[in-house]
Amino acid sequence: NNRVSLFRLLTVYPWTQRYFASLGDLSSPAAIMGNPKVATHGKVVMGALEKGVKNLDDIKSTYAALSEMHSDKFHVDPDNFKLLTESLTICVAMKLGPSVFTADAQDAWSKFLAVVVSAFCEQSR
Amino acid sequence: MSLNAKDKSNVKAIFAKAEPRAEEIGVEVLSSRYSRHCISFICLFILLLLFRLFTVYPQTKSYFSHWKDFTAGSAEVRKHGLTVMQGVLRAVDMMDNLNTSLLSLSELHAFKLRVDPANFKIISHNILLVLAMLFPDDFTPDVHVSVDKFLAQVNLALSVKYR
Repeated sequence: NNRVSLFRLLTVYPWTQRYFASLGDLSSPAAIMGNPKVATHGKVVMGALEKGVKNLDDIKSTYAALSEMHSDKFHVDPDNFKLLTESLTICVAMKLGPSVFTADAQDAWSKFLAVVVSAFCEQSR
Repeated sequence: MSLNAKDKSNVKAIFAKAEPRAEEIGVEVLSSRYSRHCISFICLFILLLLFRLFTVYPQTKSYFSHWKDFTAGSAEVRKHGLTVMQGVLRAVDMMDNLNTSLLSLSELHAFKLRVDPANFKIISHNILLVLAMLFPDDFTPDVHVSVDKFLAQVNLALSVKYR
């Protein structure tokens, strides 16, 4: 799932590639899919999300340091967080199918991601 | 951003691919062969799409305050879902000329229904999600980009008359 969502983000919204110069070759969908650094980074992102799932009562402080990093160090336009959550939700839905990813499941998942994104936007201004 | 030839063929292919699958899904609605395929797919799609919209984005229900029943099996939901999906399928057929062919729909949404255009984005995201769930093998990143671009053009065409 990790590589697939990041891959989708970088392919469907190619302008997001500007943040990943250090990942190397992103010149084509095949290049992105085969790029081991994309896979590693995808794992990092999913690991961070897992941390949020384990700390549902305190998402803000879980992501305080990451929020600062994304705004002060990487200068990520916060709109991009929304693009990633959309790609992520679609990938999760694809993997799980309608009987597992029910409307209620989607509701809870999208609320969780909205809280994560809000925590990430904390430090933006 | 505009639709190239590859995008157009990707969009036509994914929406056409759905039709033979409808037989598997087995929702019996109408008797005519073509419309049964099309409508069966639409029915499943509706159940997945509109019901999801109302659950995950409850603010969208505000446009339907005259409805009594928002559950998945409701006649109102099914009827309206059918209307929406038929609109989308019409847009697929008129892909080369969206602004003109969707003009009356744009007027309807702008002047009569007064739907906030922000909702077009929400429904587009959910259309992508439902397509991805129903056709995981066909919904490649390539197809994803094409359908996303197509739906963005549809949203633009629907917004033409707003101001």
